[in-house]
Amino acid sequence: MNSKIGYLVAIALLLVLPFVVYPVFLMKLLCFALFASAFNLILGFGGLLSFGHAAFFGGAGYITGHALKVWGLPTELGILFGALTAGLLGVLIGMLAIRRQGIYFAMITLAMAQMVYFIFVSSDFTGGENGLQGVPRGYALGFIDLQNDLSMYYFVLTIFIVAFAIIARTVHSPFGQVLSAIRDNEDRATSLGYDVDRYKLLAFVLSATFAGLAGGTKTVVFQLASLTDSHWHMSGEVVLMTLLGGLGTIVGPSVGAAIIITLQNYLASGPLGAWVPVVLGLIFVVCVLAFRRGVIGELQAFIRKSF
Amino acid sequence: MSILKKLSLSVSAVAMMASAAAAEISDGIVKIGVLTDMSATYSDVAGQGTVVAAQMAIDEFNGTVAGAPIELVTADHQNKADIAANKAREWGDTQQVDAFAELVTTSVALAVFEVAKQQNKIALVSGAASSPLTSDACIPTGLHWTYNTRALAVGTGSAVVKEGGDTWFFLTADYAFGEALQADVTRVVEAEGGKVLGAAKHPFPASDFSSFVLQAQASGAKVVGLANAGGDTINAIKAANEFGLVAAGQKIAGLLVFLSDVHALGLETAQGLQMTVSFYWDMNDETRAWSQKFFDQTGKMPTGVQAGTYSSVLQYLKAIDATGSDDTDTVLAKMREMPVNDMFATNGILRSDGRMVHDMFLAEVKSPAESTGPWDYLKIVRTIPGEEAYGPLSESNCPTK
Amino acid sequence: MLTDLLGIPPQVLFGQLMLGLINGAFYAVLSLGLAVIFGLLNIVNFAHGAFYMLGAFATIFITQYLGIGYWGALIVAPLVVGAFGAVIEYFLLRRLTGVDHLYGLLLTFGLALVIEGTFVKMFGASGVPYPVPEQLAGGVNLGFMFLPWYRAWVVVASVAICIATWLLFERTKIGAYLRAGTENPKLLQAFGVNVPLLTTLAYGYGVALAAFAGVLVAPITQVSPLMGSNLIIVVFAVVVIGGMGSIMGAVVTGLAMGVIEGLTRVFWPEASATVIFMVMAIVLVLRPAGLFGKTA
Repeated sequence: MNSKIGYLVAIALLLVLPFVVYPVFLMKLLCFALFASAFNLILGFGGLLSFGHAAFFGGAGYITGHALKVWGLPTELGILFGALTAGLLGVLIGMLAIRRQGIYFAMITLAMAQMVYFIFVSSDFTGGENGLQGVPRGYALGFIDLQNDLSMYYFVLTIFIVAFAIIARTVHSPFGQVLSAIRDNEDRATSLGYDVDRYKLLAFVLSATFAGLAGGTKTVVFQLASLTDSHWHMSGEVVLMTLLGGLGTIVGPSVGAAIIITLQNYLASGPLGAWVPVVLGLIFVVCVLAFRRGVIGELQAFIRKSF
Repeated sequence: MSILKKLSLSVSAVAMMASAAAAEISDGIVKIGVLTDMSATYSDVAGQGTVVAAQMAIDEFNGTVAGAPIELVTADHQNKADIAANKAREWGDTQQVDAFAELVTTSVALAVFEVAKQQNKIALVSGAASSPLTSDACIPTGLHWTYNTRALAVGTGSAVVKEGGDTWFFLTADYAFGEALQADVTRVVEAEGGKVLGAAKHPFPASDFSSFVLQAQASGAKVVGLANAGGDTINAIKAANEFGLVAAGQKIAGLLVFLSDVHALGLETAQGLQMTVSFYWDMNDETRAWSQKFFDQTGKMPTGVQAGTYSSVLQYLKAIDATGSDDTDTVLAKMREMPVNDMFATNGILRSDGRMVHDMFLAEVKSPAESTGPWDYLKIVRTIPGEEAYGPLSESNCPTK
Repeated sequence: MLTDLLGIPPQVLFGQLMLGLINGAFYAVLSLGLAVIFGLLNIVNFAHGAFYMLGAFATIFITQYLGIGYWGALIVAPLVVGAFGAVIEYFLLRRLTGVDHLYGLLLTFGLALVIEGTFVKMFGASGVPYPVPEQLAGGVNLGFMFLPWYRAWVVVASVAICIATWLLFERTKIGAYLRAGTENPKLLQAFGVNVPLLTTLAYGYGVALAAFAGVLVAPITQVSPLMGSNLIIVVFAVVVIGGMGSIMGAVVTGLAMGVIEGLTRVFWPEASATVIFMVMAIVLVLRPAGLFGKTA
């Protein structure tokens, strides 16, 4: 009940926010919030640390960009196509990665994503270093001009809310419960008769698909797709967002994304501009050492203790 | 006409004149946004130094132009096109920035071009190298100031062939920029009667060039052209030295080498390397004076990209000063009309496709014995006239030229 | 000849094999360090590339300020950087005992960002040159290629340090403790061995190996703050291929991957950046535990 009211307040806030805050910045924030929420599905609820999610985020960006710019697909279809392609890539990488656990899983996803990155660097359709530029935003539903930042914002917000709802629903579904059981004790889940690998793979592919949805949407917002989004730094950033907000909490990753993106935006124009990587690294260290539950996790623990 | 009416007329006339003068400078301030890479690959070539350079241009106007204050805003795009696009858009939408400056690396320049086109703002490109910025990818308000890949190819390529280096082998970074550079140079080499024997594509970025150097040795070409940039060029030159490529008589031609790269390599390794530059600090009294001022603030001598940023901002401010307006089309017309004359360029011409045509220089890296002190790295071998370096306007595919 | 049939002159082929071996030597030393750390701490040291970079920079500082040159740096740099690693283990990593090992990976990732970012700020991204030591300047013509003495030295030094490490682990008492600690740290502690100290030493040693590789590479490539960040991902793949079970496994896989990469540069240059990742994928399908790994 309380959470429902919370969500309604949040949605109301998001609806009026673009009149106060610069909408393009908000859109970027929503894209990363979605990316981190998708990532949380596999790390927070599946217990698998993927260090290669940039491949899905960046890969979908290129596919969506190509579909809109070269094939002239409608905006919604382009984004959807990008997300599905990311899901397919998720099947390939996931099938390899789930053969190992823990640290090996992290290294394998990282290595596979790096391979994808190298392919993007030298491919023609990505534009390599120059990036894929001048992607048209097009029209939503065929008639709403997305070149207008406000229309674009509400379009992105709709995608975010729908995807967020699906992710939240997945977590609370029987599937999500089994996934958490596997995370907490894989052997027990196996002995209960669950096909552990299939659950893991499905979670991985879902996570990849939603990461792709976020990446495709970002491409439409900025009208470009670049190597940044598939570089391993991006994989690290999404881990940081999720960790900072709160692993395995529903809203934590979005909060983490908001903090990191705001911080980056603020630092970039200040005198600390060149220190961005150092600041991110320090946040990482502090989080891991003293703050493992993240902002939302700590908040929940505090509320539980106080009431 | 009654006195009262006369009086009110003259009052309103005065008021109108005043408001007209104020309206010429939108929102009463001239704002320039320097968008550069302060933390990644190009932070040495461009980076903080371009901010200093832009500020030096503003200082020449004592901070005011056409009665309005000049403000400089800066941001680090970290070599990421999306951050650059985001920042430029935000500057234009919410902070009344009138012109974007520097914009190193082509992906960033292209992304900001898109924003500049939509917002009708001037983009003063200095650090990005790709020739298409004033050809296929041009925009009406995009100006490409310092250099481009064509000028580099012509400068180094033709000079080396003329000296007898008529067979070439390329070490090419395996992405669009590397291939474009290789194609540009190949055209020049073949036009001069030379021949390209082959190319080795290397991954980007690469740290170990030994195997590619070996292929270059096996090719037997007289000249090994480096169609890459930054760390790749540096590492390729190091490997070439180590494997005795130069000692065995082959020559290296660096196609995109900056003063900061020579500084990073050291003269021992870089000596004899030929390169095309837009600017060198030690050319005349004017460049030396300016560079010394720059050095006092940064501890480094300026690269061409940094000097070019200064020149582009200066020309922009001169045009505002001359017209009393910061309206994009007015300023642009004036910038084109006035020849570019400052310590960076002599009689530079701003073409309708956005290309600033100015003389380039073929330089050779000094040997440690020739060098008399720190930063004494280059000797200018030849001046390449602007038209030769950048080609005729007819070569440009820019639709709005 | 077969090589002629494929259109590749034999001297190119032999040359690339030789170079592959040299690169493999770096992979071997780096993955060896990762394996040592993994053995006792059970974490993947993401900061390994940063320590490798620190080793190279330490070489420059030592030459500049201590005046003992390359040969002194070869000993001092690994000691200093290794000690720095031990301090990090003692003050930071130790706090993660009993927590999921993934946090160790994340902590070292954060450390890598901090160290590399600080160096970029201090020294710029394009880096600093370091000359080949005079005694090893020049080279020898092998007929099929010109082999710089320094590259030959890299192989010799790497193989020597790998053998030394193997002897340390297999033939000394401390090595026996280390192996025992890998198997069952609690039992070892019960026998009165100071396991926390052993862990600190192991981390320091692994880091020192990375720094040693950094010293070796300093005269070859530009010493720059980000030199380790891309390399480390390739080394991770090497580790996945070999499995982190054994010292020899890490060394042999490292050398082999270098050679395979060298061959790829001849036959399929466009894939040379990705070939190790492809091999990793194939190994995962055929033998998930890695070539030398016990079951994961």
